[in-house]
Amino acid sequence: MADSTSLAETSTALAAPAAAGPDIRFEDVAITFEREPVLDGISFALRHGETKAIFGIAGAGKSTILKLSLGLMRPDQGRILVLGEEVSAMPEADLFELRRRLGIVFQESALFDSLTVRDNVAYRLMEEDVVPPEEIEKRVREALRFVELEHTLDLLPSELSGGMRRRVAIARAMINQPEILLYDSPTGGLDPVTSTTIVELLVKQRDVFHTSSLLVTHRLQDAFTMASHVFDPQQNCMVRATPEQRQQIKMTFLILHEGQVIFDGTLTELKGSRDEYIREYIS
Amino acid sequence: MDLVSPADFVKERLESVQAYALLSWQSITNLFSTPRYLADTLVQADLIGVGSLPITLMAGFFIGAAFALQSSSTMARFGSLSLMGQLVSLSMVKELGPVLTGLMVSGRNASGMASELGSMQVTEQIDAMRALGTDPTRKLVTPRVVATIGMVFILTILADFVGIVGGLAVSRALLGLDAHEYWSKAWQALVAGDIVMGLTKPIFFGFILATVGCYFGLSTKGGTQGVGRSTTQAVVVSSVLILVADLFITRVMMLIFGS
Repeated sequence: MADSTSLAETSTALAAPAAAGPDIRFEDVAITFEREPVLDGISFALRHGETKAIFGIAGAGKSTILKLSLGLMRPDQGRILVLGEEVSAMPEADLFELRRRLGIVFQESALFDSLTVRDNVAYRLMEEDVVPPEEIEKRVREALRFVELEHTLDLLPSELSGGMRRRVAIARAMINQPEILLYDSPTGGLDPVTSTTIVELLVKQRDVFHTSSLLVTHRLQDAFTMASHVFDPQQNCMVRATPEQRQQIKMTFLILHEGQVIFDGTLTELKGSRDEYIREYIS
Repeated sequence: MDLVSPADFVKERLESVQAYALLSWQSITNLFSTPRYLADTLVQADLIGVGSLPITLMAGFFIGAAFALQSSSTMARFGSLSLMGQLVSLSMVKELGPVLTGLMVSGRNASGMASELGSMQVTEQIDAMRALGTDPTRKLVTPRVVATIGMVFILTILADFVGIVGGLAVSRALLGLDAHEYWSKAWQALVAGDIVMGLTKPIFFGFILATVGCYFGLSTKGGTQGVGRSTTQAVVVSSVLILVADLFITRVMMLIFGS
């Protein structure tokens, strides 16, 4: 793993004061697609600096939660507060400002296929039009160095492997050091080795920048790894956490079932759950 | 295939019309606030204008030539073959030039816009753009609408001109008409009302084909099959709307300038 000091410094310099409440709060949120209720009155909160892994079977509404958080979709019922702003009631024009404080890694990366890796990663900064070109180049290189893909600057997304595209998407999401990161199945469809590389990046991002994040995943193992490992800057890699370090990891788990939140708690609480569905799910 | 109740069907259609109207309105109102994407507009103008130039010129020339040839027997029967220049120029400028250009550009670019934006939609690139703080209607729709209106306007003038030249070629080579007479009649027949009508239509046609192409692209659902469906729908709907709009614009212009 590469040096991340300068990015961390940038992060500290750019970080806005944390909102008084949780970074994300869902209050009795419901949404229906084609007359089928997908989320049926769910409530949860993402605290500052916390990573919350969201589980559920396909179609349970996991990705919908991320899109609702960004205001890309509107709920039929309930309130969604992100960084103190009620996204469920904001006009689209105001949402663009708020979205600049968030980053998202889409399920299939969603890189702009006609732009090079450099332009994809720099996209947000170029759109804001306030950062000088030399500074953009520096930050793009730093972000790509963080995901160990600095050599791909001039390649097109179609020239990258699936794992490399996810890493570029992570670099794009973190280029302006957002206050919240949303990951939509970042390891989905990847081989175990590449998945581990991505999980290691998420752990590095969490432990270096302490960014609050929602992680949607099908793979329990990924979230368990995140809950049991920390990033070691000396070794520049992810290592198994000591019992003391585990206490420090702000990682929680949320399980969706039939449109409802049936579990929201820590790894210890999850493992101790007596709910039959949860026990079957985690077994 | 699922059966849809008539009420749901009507509701869906009304929602589509509403979404299209909103997108069209936004594509214009975006011009009056920042950010504006001038570079994207120029790129689109190049793609639409320069890219459509050969097909528009060829279509314009051959439709003018064929029109002159088709009309010659009827005109000869009434002994008015010498009015060929007038007939071709009025037909090209008021009707054939704008409609033909609109349909040609629609076939090439409404489909292109629908497939490009549709592919971006199904691969979540549109959502990514919104998530990165960019309004897709500003970045993708408005530049295409502005560029298309400008380019269809210019292409129509060129199509009108080469159409009249096509008529001249046939009149001279096959009908034995005097080139100077043809040209002077073609030129003198045009009055301000004809030119205004001929130059108003491409503005509406360009707007229609760009907004329809973008609308179907941005509302694409269902993967690559959905992209194909959107592309086809964009061409069909924009072509039909161009023909419908042509009738209404012609009627309004005739009321304003007299028949």
